Amino acid sequence: MARLEIDSALVERVARLARLELTEAEADRLKTELAEIVDYVGQLDELDTSTVSPTTQVSESGTPMREDEAQPDPAGAEILAGAPEREGRFFKVPRIVE
Amino acid sequence: MANALNDLTITEARRLLVERKISAVELTKACLARIAATEPRLNAFITVCEKEAALQAEDADRCLSAGDAPPLCGIPIALKDILTVRGVRATCGSRILENFVPPYDATVVARLRSAGAVFLGKTNLDEFAMGSSTENSGFGPTLNPYDLRRVPGGSSGGSAAAVAADQCLAALGTDTGGSIRQPAAFCGVVGLKPTYSRVSRYGVVAYASSLDQVGPLAKSAADAALLLAAIAGADPRDATCSARPVPDYTAGLAGEIAGVRLGVPREYFGEGIDPEVRARVEAAIKALTAMGAKPVEVSLPHTRYAIAAYYLIATAEASANLARYDGVRYGVRAGADNHLDLYRRSRSRGFGAEVKRRIMLGTFALSAGYYDAYYLKAQKARTLIRRDFLDAFERCDLIAAAVSPTTAFGLGEKTSDPLTMYLSDVFTIAVNLGGLPALALPCGYDGRGLPVGLQLIGPAFSEELLLRAGHAYERCGFSRRRPAAL
Repeated sequence: MARLEIDSALVERVARLARLELTEAEADRLKTELAEIVDYVGQLDELDTSTVSPTTQVSESGTPMREDEAQPDPAGAEILAGAPEREGRFFKVPRIVE
Repeated sequence: MANALNDLTITEARRLLVERKISAVELTKACLARIAATEPRLNAFITVCEKEAALQAEDADRCLSAGDAPPLCGIPIALKDILTVRGVRATCGSRILENFVPPYDATVVARLRSAGAVFLGKTNLDEFAMGSSTENSGFGPTLNPYDLRRVPGGSSGGSAAAVAADQCLAALGTDTGGSIRQPAAFCGVVGLKPTYSRVSRYGVVAYASSLDQVGPLAKSAADAALLLAAIAGADPRDATCSARPVPDYTAGLAGEIAGVRLGVPREYFGEGIDPEVRARVEAAIKALTAMGAKPVEVSLPHTRYAIAAYYLIATAEASANLARYDGVRYGVRAGADNHLDLYRRSRSRGFGAEVKRRIMLGTFALSAGYYDAYYLKAQKARTLIRRDFLDAFERCDLIAAAVSPTTAFGLGEKTSDPLTMYLSDVFTIAVNLGGLPALALPCGYDGRGLPVGLQLIGPAFSEELLLRAGHAYERCGFSRRRPAAL
């Protein structure tokens, strides 16, 4: 793989995907730091993985099945109490649909 | 034998409690007094639960007097502040959760509760367990009890420091890339990272779900065995949790280690390891050999790719897991008149620099155009790293190495360069990628009096053998030195 250049446009694009609002100073610093880290992880290119399958999980249980049964949660009010803004039984969000 | 009640091991305290020579209330008070005396300097705790702990201790005394005491009855324990305890603030070391009060107990917490444990409080950590020094905490760094100018390691630095300073009898931590073992080594205590899936992750605030595992930090291998037995086992609330029966780890301590083949991986003793650390670890291997273990040279050829693979996989998983912090259901919320700004501003205000860095790296590795070259490549490297261990365990029963290439480093020494900090995890990270169990044991002190950690790595579900070897090593004459800095 060709050496990847981490530029401001890429940092901006990734920040948008990650839902982060970076200050100019933060973006500049991340550009340098990510470039260094991405350069370091580039050493994985030395490995021939053409016949290697990826490991996604190491648990031996696979995906166990169970009945899909609703269970009442006694902590409903406590859950809602943790919300920074709420109204009645609802989490409050800014208007999404005009 | 200990001087004060809070200096006791669980095993010692259990006997005194059951014989009613001490009370659970006295024991808890001794820990709380030690916390009050040392906390201003150490900063091992984010939240101390004095009232709740006192009530739990009173309950424990009632059970003990009735002769009906579960295994950890009245034992004061500290919990890493990434585990949920119903009604007690859980910050994860992050300002984004500084006021979050979870409405439920983590499974490990519920199990300790039914085993009779007393919860002293919630210990400091790198924000969302992302770090190797506890300096990334939103609540200030924890200091190393052996030298207050140094870090305790991380991310479970608060738990390790609290055990080392005898603020508690033992603690729970979590280990995603070394976060139990490295602080255990830096603070001279025992730390066990169980096999992935041995312990439920329900109620463990997620960092990297294919790697995260809860385990004990304790003053002896025997204590770690008691704690693991209490927290391990199937949990319908964690689909990855293994249904394998949980052995009696305490009974397992008694066996022999004669004939155990001890693999010594050459990749872990080469360049970059501090000569004093190397010397102590080699001496520990000799001591185990003197007890009948058989050293064999093994090779883990993909070791040098472990950090690169880990920092792609862990950050990719983190970027997905931390998407839940959106300012809606819990945590910090910044004012905004549309939902995108609400997410962006809340997250940007609430997360610290290292968390943002890892979210950015993980988002990058998963993004269109880069996924195959970075994330998928790392998952393939993970297969090779895992295979190295499977091959090595054809030739040996356990692997012995250092936990960390150095002893505790100075505060601020690595904070300006994230990559240097990542590289300090070189000996712990491959174990998580392989999903394997590993035990960190204190094995001596360097010239400055800082603890050195021996790491024993085993095949999946070999905790019984690991703890037996650790217990045997402790009996051969090594004794823990209490920290003098406090």
